[in-house]
Amino acid sequence: ELPPSHFPAARAAAVAVGYLRYLRGGPGRGLQLRELRRARRQDIDDVGHKYDLELELEDVLDRDRTVTCTAEVVYHLGNKNTAPDVQVTVQGELRSTEEADQEFYNRIRSLEKELEAENIPDSHGNIPPELEPILLLAWVASGYVIWRNSTENTKFHLAQVKHVKQVKRSDEDLQFDYVVLLHEMVSQEVIPWEVTLLWHPRRGGRVSR
Amino acid sequence: MRLPVLLAALVAVATCTETFVGHQVLRVVPKSDEELQTVQELQDLEHLQLDFWLAPRGLGSPVDIRVPFPSLQPVKAHLEASGVSYSIMIEDVQALLDEEQTEMLRSSRQLPLTTNTFNYEAYHTIDEIYSFMDMLVAENPNLVSKLEIGRSTENRPLYVLKFSTGGTKRPAVWIDTGIHSREWVTQASGVWFAKKIVQDHANNEGVASILETMDIFLEIVTNPDGFAYTQTTNRMWRKTRSKHSGSICVGVDPNRNWDAGFGEAGASGNPCMETYHGPYPNSEPEVKSIVDFVKSHGNIKAFVSIHSYSQLLLYPYGYTQTPAPDQQELHEVSAKAVAALSSLYGTQYEYGSIITTIYRASGGTIDWTYNQGIKYSFTFELRDTGRYGFLLPAKQIVPTAEETWLALKVIMEHARDNMY
Repeated sequence: ELPPSHFPAARAAAVAVGYLRYLRGGPGRGLQLRELRRARRQDIDDVGHKYDLELELEDVLDRDRTVTCTAEVVYHLGNKNTAPDVQVTVQGELRSTEEADQEFYNRIRSLEKELEAENIPDSHGNIPPELEPILLLAWVASGYVIWRNSTENTKFHLAQVKHVKQVKRSDEDLQFDYVVLLHEMVSQEVIPWEVTLLWHPRRGGRVSR
Repeated sequence: MRLPVLLAALVAVATCTETFVGHQVLRVVPKSDEELQTVQELQDLEHLQLDFWLAPRGLGSPVDIRVPFPSLQPVKAHLEASGVSYSIMIEDVQALLDEEQTEMLRSSRQLPLTTNTFNYEAYHTIDEIYSFMDMLVAENPNLVSKLEIGRSTENRPLYVLKFSTGGTKRPAVWIDTGIHSREWVTQASGVWFAKKIVQDHANNEGVASILETMDIFLEIVTNPDGFAYTQTTNRMWRKTRSKHSGSICVGVDPNRNWDAGFGEAGASGNPCMETYHGPYPNSEPEVKSIVDFVKSHGNIKAFVSIHSYSQLLLYPYGYTQTPAPDQQELHEVSAKAVAALSSLYGTQYEYGSIITTIYRASGGTIDWTYNQGIKYSFTFELRDTGRYGFLLPAKQIVPTAEETWLALKVIMEHARDNMY
């Protein structure tokens, strides 16, 4: 059993949240951790360290509600280049974002010029409202990066979207090429990362690079 | 030279349609009737489109003429042919107007005149904060004074505000903000704290009772070089801006540069890293000035160093697993402080020792102050928990400062009531 105030549990929770953002996040849904309720750690011989977590999450676009979720994060021994294994179970239903997703999709598809923006949020924390969904898609993309690159000695957060450029495609996906700044808490480094996200209202997001 | 009314009128015109590129303002001082007549003749030549700012009045009185560019040559020729000397007062009227325009724009963002009109809900520049400090002192000379405890690497003054109702070297509380320059909500909160202390004292509430027996020292911009750099060049800059020989990388982590477990695990020996501890303890003037101040004061009873983000209240140690001897008391005070903080807006904080709650960190501020005997040594990590991180929206400055202040009061009151 781990005290939630102790950092190992918090780091594992950050991985679980990153993974969940990748799987379930979108331009109309930004999941963040409200509270880490419980954490347990188990050392599995020849495998690694397994964390069992009970998380309370909220959608930044719907902060009156929370949703409980259980997660299992396994950091593998030895090869530090292996991503942790993560499984997440959401209890109950997440608010539907079908309408907002479709609206966003149509808006971007109908743009004459490809969308391009930088510094989201800006130095003062401001985000132009029309770029909020772009930031939430950056959470999806960076969720993937954070999941794939985390170890027990790291804790990543998305610090800022340095640059984003839409790339028009001949198929039905939207493509956004991001340069994100990831803040790594233990080393305190702010690391730029290039990541390309493909997104579709029904198929969701996936990282292609 | 000031021709404010005329210039202002021109500015008004210039911002609309006309341009005054190449126009010059000539001054003639007629010294004889002939010279006066020559100048008066110019007034009749309408096609020259001359604009007399000062019309001919008599001998010895200056005549100022704005001459449009196409008319410059004929006007000068006319004057020279009659032997009338002139001087060029304004070489290019448009250039002067442009300068005036810039100045006007700048002064519309003018510094507020009192700390009551200062905007606490916005992020400010170093100059604006230093100006705020001077205003606060000027408005409250019997309570507030400004001390310069040293100079930064780039020679910026390191200012500490002292709040005192009297006495000599009373037991004191120290608060610093902005030691890591990218943590903007902390400097902004420091400004709010300063004003709050003054207000409480004026209304005889809140910390007024603490000020009866204790002094408060507040360093708002603890790392001014880094702060300036976040405003001009790199918003994510954390360290100081020192250059130590042998590396092209700049800066030392001022929260790894203290003489407590210096150089041990929990800091980096690589000058290019964000947690670089520096070549030796107190190598950074920003750190050394505080060390010297604390040692020479000798009566500081509570020391709070403020950072962001993560929503944590931390006590020593960071450099060792060994629990601090006062761990239990510090833990209890933290619990109370965090409860007070949460009571305002429901903001959730975790608390504990640095090494168990956040990470191992060596050479840290409060480990040093604690080892100096300052029992109530705490570090805050303010809002938020990662959604905005360092880029906390300005509208959260005041709520953050308000809730943090409640926690600070718990710590200050505990120190006052448990004097050692």
